[in-house]
Amino acid sequence: MTRLLVCPPDYFGIEYEINPWMRLSNRVDHERAVQQWHGLMRVFEQDLGVTLERMTPVAGLPDLVFTANAGVVVDCTAVVSRFRYPERQREEAYFEAWFRGHGYAVVTLEKALFFEGAGDLLGFPDCWFGGYRQRSDIRAFPHLSERFQREIIPLELVDSRFYHLDTCFCPLSGGDLLYFPPAFDSYGRSAIVQRVPKDRQLPVPEGEALQFACNAVCIGKHVVLPSGCPATEHLLQARGYHTHSVPLDEFMKSGGSAKCLTLALD
Amino acid sequence: MSLHQETVLISGHIIDSLILAKVLDIILMMGGAFNLEDVRIGATREEPSRARIVIRASSTTLLDDILKAIQPHGACAEREADCRTAEAPADGIFPDDFYATTHLPTQIRLHDQWIDVDRIEMDLGILVDAQGATARSIPMADVRQGGRIVVGRDGVRVTPLQRPRERDVFGFMESQVSSERPHHHIITDVASRMRQLRERHRQGQTDSTVLLAGGPAIIHAGGRDALTWLIEQEFVHLLFCGNALAAHDMEADLYGTSLGYGLAAGRAVPHGHEHHLRTINRIRAIGSIEAAVTSGVVKQGIMAACVRQNVPVVMAGTIRDDGPLPGVITDSVLAQNAMRAAIPGVGLALLVASTLHAVATGNLLPATVPTVCVDVNPSVPIKLSDRGSFQAVGLVMDAASFLSELARLLGRSV
Repeated sequence: MTRLLVCPPDYFGIEYEINPWMRLSNRVDHERAVQQWHGLMRVFEQDLGVTLERMTPVAGLPDLVFTANAGVVVDCTAVVSRFRYPERQREEAYFEAWFRGHGYAVVTLEKALFFEGAGDLLGFPDCWFGGYRQRSDIRAFPHLSERFQREIIPLELVDSRFYHLDTCFCPLSGGDLLYFPPAFDSYGRSAIVQRVPKDRQLPVPEGEALQFACNAVCIGKHVVLPSGCPATEHLLQARGYHTHSVPLDEFMKSGGSAKCLTLALD
Repeated sequence: MSLHQETVLISGHIIDSLILAKVLDIILMMGGAFNLEDVRIGATREEPSRARIVIRASSTTLLDDILKAIQPHGACAEREADCRTAEAPADGIFPDDFYATTHLPTQIRLHDQWIDVDRIEMDLGILVDAQGATARSIPMADVRQGGRIVVGRDGVRVTPLQRPRERDVFGFMESQVSSERPHHHIITDVASRMRQLRERHRQGQTDSTVLLAGGPAIIHAGGRDALTWLIEQEFVHLLFCGNALAAHDMEADLYGTSLGYGLAAGRAVPHGHEHHLRTINRIRAIGSIEAAVTSGVVKQGIMAACVRQNVPVVMAGTIRDDGPLPGVITDSVLAQNAMRAAIPGVGLALLVASTLHAVATGNLLPATVPTVCVDVNPSVPIKLSDRGSFQAVGLVMDAASFLSELARLLGRSV
């Protein structure tokens, strides 16, 4: 059974600007955000039977809701994130405490080695991909690769709107890849082609990429994604996936969507 | 040193991700150059690969720009340490583990700064001044007790030779030696360099000195007139030789013979074997070669041309010398030092018809000096290159033919 780490949006809001989506003037409708978050949780728990682990929200940490950036979890080991921006660095201690409190062996990287967790490390069972340049430091990946004995192909994120790998790249359970090719340079696209054959690639159109169509959560043959991405849903359905679209536009104001709001624990 | 360089390391899954390709492309696109050193490809998909890249650029600014551009892709400057030094335990003795130089441009790292090693020469040590601000190569015999000598290899780096801008025979920087290769284009290139260097030398520019190190076969083979002409026409600015070349050159002037053979008639003349001894004795009586020329006793030839043109001559003695002539330095260490002192400023070296002087001079020359080694015996240029002077272009031909052809190309009419 899938377990996801989530954090209720009690203190979610825009209190600083650290990505191109965030505008202090673009106020979050808090009530709406709470409704949207609960709507997403309902899909996970009721429709898909996912077990949710809820963190305790912390006042003054509006982005704690984006648990994808807590770290990465492999079996019983958690590598805690090292955030690039001081605004989010205060979250590290809370994520670390949660992992420790739940029996995970915690691994921390050296201070200057930025690594923003499952936001920048995604993959298939035998091959992982690491997004770098915007947030995570490419030098973090060799450490993780050695630790977990996995190949990690670094991919440069060349468009600041897609500042985490999970905003433009979503490996699916059937070996398919939902992604937005222009978020990568030609080296990155060639590297992706080497690992994922053309017929397994599902490139999303730009309009839907900007709706964060790729910020989707795949559980078995089910894909949970933000609403407003009909072409992407069609692509997924054609490959045999069941789609579940959820309105999450309040979180888009902060540059996050379905995937950013969850962390896979198993 | 015209090149600035830095070594970076990159590791991880850099091959299939094309990260290494991207870093190398960035270096080239920005106008830098690189050497890939020590590339280790992971044996399995999970195993990381690793590469050490030496980046070169024409300026420190460009180098810094390149380093900044590749840093986000994981290429980080190798953690570099200052070089280590130890005190010389006694006069003439290096500390154990002293760094032995090559003749390539060399830098050492002191107080986190790379500084050039002055007067680089192969097979020496590196002396750091008391303030730790400058460094120069130093022969074993010259070191004084307490001198700070570089030990180990940390913080020492050697720059490979940059391919020269001139697209001539020296551009290949290889010392393949064959008696069956055509000579003409090599001599043409040498002549062309000498023409340029004469102009630069006249203007007092740096590294414009043409050095000729030669043996007595130049006289025996009939190259004396051509070399005299080259000196008179200011194509040669420094001469290294031994007792014999000078003695036979002046013997030719005084007696018309070289080691007793009539140079014009081409056969031994009666009592000719005494001529070089009588010549040496005469010059010793006069006191110096210079006095013999200025007093009019020696009128023509290589030594006379050197005196008249103020071309410095360093004469290094050997164990079999007759006399020797005044001015011949019989202490080998002192002779080596005198040659070494004359090397800075040399822009072209011609090593002609002498194993001893060719190898001795080759040892003293930085690799950056274009060098030609001419000998009828292929073993001489081979020996030179085997002993490290890989930059020397070998020419298997007789000295007189080489010098005559060179002089002809430079405008001498016969």
